[in-house]
Amino acid sequence: MSAPAISLESPSTTFGDQLLATVKAGGCASSSCGSSIKPDDTDPAIWEKIKDHPCFSEEAHHYFARMHVAVAPGCNIQCNYCNRKYDCANESRPGVVSEKLTPDQALRKVVAVANEVPQLSVLGIAGPGDACYDWKKTKATFERVAREIPDIKFCISTNGLALPDHVDELADMNVDHVTITINMVDPEVGAKIYPWIFYDHRRYVGIEAARILHERQMLGLEMLTARGILTKINSVMIPGVNDEHLIEVNRWVNERGAFLHNLMPLISDPAHGTHYGLSGQRGPNAMEMKALQDRVEGGAQLMRHCRQCRADAVGLLGEDRGQEFIADRIPGEVTYDASKRKAYRELVAEERRDHVAARREAIGMIKAAGPSKSVLFAVATKGGGRVNEHFGHAKEFQVYQASPRGISFVGHRKVEQYCLGGWGGEAALDGVIAALEGIDFVLCAKIGNCPQDQLADAGIRATDAYAHDYIETAISAIYAAACGTPALAATA
Amino acid sequence: MAFKIIASQCTQCGACEFECPSGAIKFKGESYVIEPHKCTECEGVFDAHQCASVCPVPKTCVPA
Repeated sequence: MSAPAISLESPSTTFGDQLLATVKAGGCASSSCGSSIKPDDTDPAIWEKIKDHPCFSEEAHHYFARMHVAVAPGCNIQCNYCNRKYDCANESRPGVVSEKLTPDQALRKVVAVANEVPQLSVLGIAGPGDACYDWKKTKATFERVAREIPDIKFCISTNGLALPDHVDELADMNVDHVTITINMVDPEVGAKIYPWIFYDHRRYVGIEAARILHERQMLGLEMLTARGILTKINSVMIPGVNDEHLIEVNRWVNERGAFLHNLMPLISDPAHGTHYGLSGQRGPNAMEMKALQDRVEGGAQLMRHCRQCRADAVGLLGEDRGQEFIADRIPGEVTYDASKRKAYRELVAEERRDHVAARREAIGMIKAAGPSKSVLFAVATKGGGRVNEHFGHAKEFQVYQASPRGISFVGHRKVEQYCLGGWGGEAALDGVIAALEGIDFVLCAKIGNCPQDQLADAGIRATDAYAHDYIETAISAIYAAACGTPALAATA
Repeated sequence: MAFKIIASQCTQCGACEFECPSGAIKFKGESYVIEPHKCTECEGVFDAHQCASVCPVPKTCVPA
């Protein structure tokens, strides 16, 4: 096990020195140097497209960051889970944004972020509004950024209605990744989700609106697949409206070549002013979500690491540094400096080889452990695929399942930070324990005796014995110990 | 014979601006404004008023 080579702390002015030091210290000691980081079951051409994309590759999301720019606010449909007036810096969910940008402002923001956040690999346009409908601004933004930062990946999110009109241009601009939100394949269901669409210069309502939207979504998906553009399908799970129906949606999109299917919980709160929020439509809980995800297992591959980020999010998934890069904090003139991103990429390539070897070893150990037991782990991490966050500082836990089939990432649980300003709040701890329902083990870099005892009372065993180890290494050690001997054997 | 935008309700999404067949809608100062002398209410071009049909907020693009 090599020491963590990558610092995911906020980059400082001495970032270059840090990189140099870590590279020198790390050297090429890893026994796995030279081996491929590509997962065994992934097509090489596809791996090349997804390996740096945090949303399309669970593995990449430990290392790479995305940013969204809200340049295309116009939309051609209304969804019952969306309130177009919403604007709040303290909210984190799709469609919410603090400032809309012109393509020129977006370019300056992207350059400023690229200079400060070396993990940046993807620029997405994901609302508010629809990137394909408000197409001129989407296109202008991508063209400007491509001239400055040629190696950044472009990504859009769309409702699909205007998508077929722009597929060829997307292909021409090397947009490799497109997300389509598809909540139904039956217009009867769609009519309960979409009050209206604007299409071909008029407004449609009801089943007719949903039928047109459905046909355009399927056409767009088929056209993207035909051109080799990877697609992610986002589906909002709305209990009582489309929850069971999403199994059918999964089948349809799988048949049409969707690369990933992302089942997301409806976010519904009266304070958000959405139709669903105001009408009392509830969202699903974590266990309902997981049950649905488990039922569609075997169809289109599921994305389980989505954090439903803001439309102007910046950073690794699960963190948002957007507030550091609002327009008035960005100088009028910024010049792109490629050196930090380049240095980071070189480091990551090495670290990932090491990580992949550690993961293979860990999964082999679990499979060898034998007994048919399924164990859920909640991991406090700040990136790099390691157990490296304090229990009390975690804003979310990444959930992994270990079973004789191996180790799989199954999702995340958001929590209120237990430890704020050096002291732990009892109420917050109760909330954390509730959010960790069903979890067997918590892995973190540090935990105090008091929360550890209270977790134990709730049947959750927490340990910091594997601090800074790779997540899979820690899981496999505990799994083997839990299945073999009754006591938790700390090895780190 | 023209439409107007109720600025206090407008989300400034700009969809009306690029749907308007007459180029009558512009972003001026803090808000989108319809120039009454340019607005044709889409007559002879489209059956529906484009700005009112695409506007996401009810009763925000309305007859002046």
